[in-house]
Amino acid sequence: MMEKMIFGRFIPGNSIIHQMDPRAKISFVFVFIAIVFIANSAVTYGILLGFTLLVVFLSKIRLYFLINGLKPVFILLIFTFFLHIFFTREGDLLLDIGFIEIYEEGLRQGIFISIRFLVLVFITSILTLTTSPISITDGIEVLLGPFKRVKLPVHELALMMSISLRFIPTLMDETGKILKAQMARGSDIGSGPMKERIKAVVPLLIPLFVSAFKRAEDLATAMEVRGYRGGEGRTRYRQLDWRFVDSLSLLVLAGLAGMLWYFRV
Amino acid sequence: MNSNILSFENVTFTYAPEDETVKPAVKDLSFSIQDGEWIALVGHNGSGKSTIAKLMNGLLFPQTGKVSAMGRMMEEESLWDIRSQMGMVFQNPDNQFVGATVQDDVAFALENNGVPHKEMVLRVKEALHQVKMEAYFDHEPHHLSGGQKQRVAIAGALALRPRLLILDEATSMLDPQGRMEVIETIRELRRATGLTVISITHDLEEAAMADRILVMNAGHKQLEGTPEAVFLSGNQLTTMGLDLPFAMRMTHLLREAGVELEAEHMTEDELVDDLWTYYSRK
Ligand SMILES: Nc1ncnc2c1ncn2[C@@H]1O[C@H](COP(=O)(O)OP(=O)(O)O)[C@@H](O)[C@H]1O
Ligand SMILES: [Mg+2]
Repeated sequence: MMEKMIFGRFIPGNSIIHQMDPRAKISFVFVFIAIVFIANSAVTYGILLGFTLLVVFLSKIRLYFLINGLKPVFILLIFTFFLHIFFTREGDLLLDIGFIEIYEEGLRQGIFISIRFLVLVFITSILTLTTSPISITDGIEVLLGPFKRVKLPVHELALMMSISLRFIPTLMDETGKILKAQMARGSDIGSGPMKERIKAVVPLLIPLFVSAFKRAEDLATAMEVRGYRGGEGRTRYRQLDWRFVDSLSLLVLAGLAGMLWYFRV
Repeated sequence: MNSNILSFENVTFTYAPEDETVKPAVKDLSFSIQDGEWIALVGHNGSGKSTIAKLMNGLLFPQTGKVSAMGRMMEEESLWDIRSQMGMVFQNPDNQFVGATVQDDVAFALENNGVPHKEMVLRVKEALHQVKMEAYFDHEPHHLSGGQKQRVAIAGALALRPRLLILDEATSMLDPQGRMEVIETIRELRRATGLTVISITHDLEEAAMADRILVMNAGHKQLEGTPEAVFLSGNQLTTMGLDLPFAMRMTHLLREAGVELEAEHMTEDELVDDLWTYYSRK
């Protein structure tokens, strides 16, 4: 189950989307989220869906893989779909079997909302699937750069994010070890009533916290020794490279917005 | 060119100066280290070794006495400049890996010191080459062994081209293979660049390779001298809870058993040679 989930996962590759600048991709996603709300008719939603499938195709990520990985999202999607179908009472009555009445407007809304949801989830997943977490962090740091003027600690936030990302596998390993150590002492997290299970988590969390604090302290020392004194006067090893495709992608997005505007009713 | 690279003059440091009951972690310590030396700092747990390391690069300041490095007094103004000439590697390989990948981690100190990008790329390559980790350029830390992580940490220190490298029990959490990798890397570096090294260690086999050994006991300097001289005071070391190298213990035991060996031996090879000659003499 967990292995199949693709939320927040990165699949290395060399598609044109993989090679794009993270700044371009992040901006693209945010603008896209806004643009989606222009659509309000069959034609415009059709265009959105087509465009999204084109992006998926360009990313060379298999549609089947994407759909399979987003299964939990689909449950939510189907749920909202039926919610709209059953509770919108406008337009002609299409179907009436006793207590279930389906109206034309309900069906329309159900389909539209589902498409909107689907394209949003697909496009954001494509962002995280094709961009390594560290590049996303780099992109966010640069994009948020202007907010340094209003004293937003942009550099510190980005560093915190990248260090957290770096320590996720380490802490996961550690959790595994502590779990085994506690199991060897007879603690049983996998079974029993809920209350017992929650109680069993405490001896797992406490050693994990203690060690995380120890790690944080060591890391702070190691950083200081290596000359870290905040973002002032620092240079960057990772350079972002804005190329023609990046500008092009934003132009295409503007074109999409124009088209949606033209066809909306 | 024998110039002083680091010196302690009557340094005393207490973690809780206001509390009379807490003994100082380092007491009236004086020593100096010459450019190009390899110094081993040994001592039991809690004898003050890590405290000394922290005093060396200004993570801590002594209550009394003077620390100077690179020809300058250690104080607020000189601190960062001195630090940029001093690399330090710690015990836990995981807790000092800052970057997301090997190359990012090696570049960290360079970024902090404002080295221009072009220069950084060259230096990262050079440093990784020095520790033979070029092939792992893009690896993430959790895909590396402990020994490899420590070598990356050494590269991270080397990237700044320091004059002094301090290793605070850098091998103590590693398996024998990883330990060998790291020790071999240090020897290779010393051969190639003549870098000054201070290695803090529990492992007297490792200490035996140094030019000079300082033995710490409960915050003060107990012994100081060449490995040969220090190991000759075998009993003193054992009462301090330090294990002599295997070859030395073997030599002692053989002598007690009446085998007339030529000299004290610190390495197995020397001992084996001596045993051969002893055997052929018989
Ligand atoms: N952060 C600290 N706060 C208070 N006491 C400390 C701290 N770190 C070390 N000590 C004490 O200082 C003494 C020397 O410790 P340390 O330098 O870490 O020894 P070593 O590295 O030789 O094992 C020990 O008695 C230890 O308990
Ligand atoms: Mg220590």
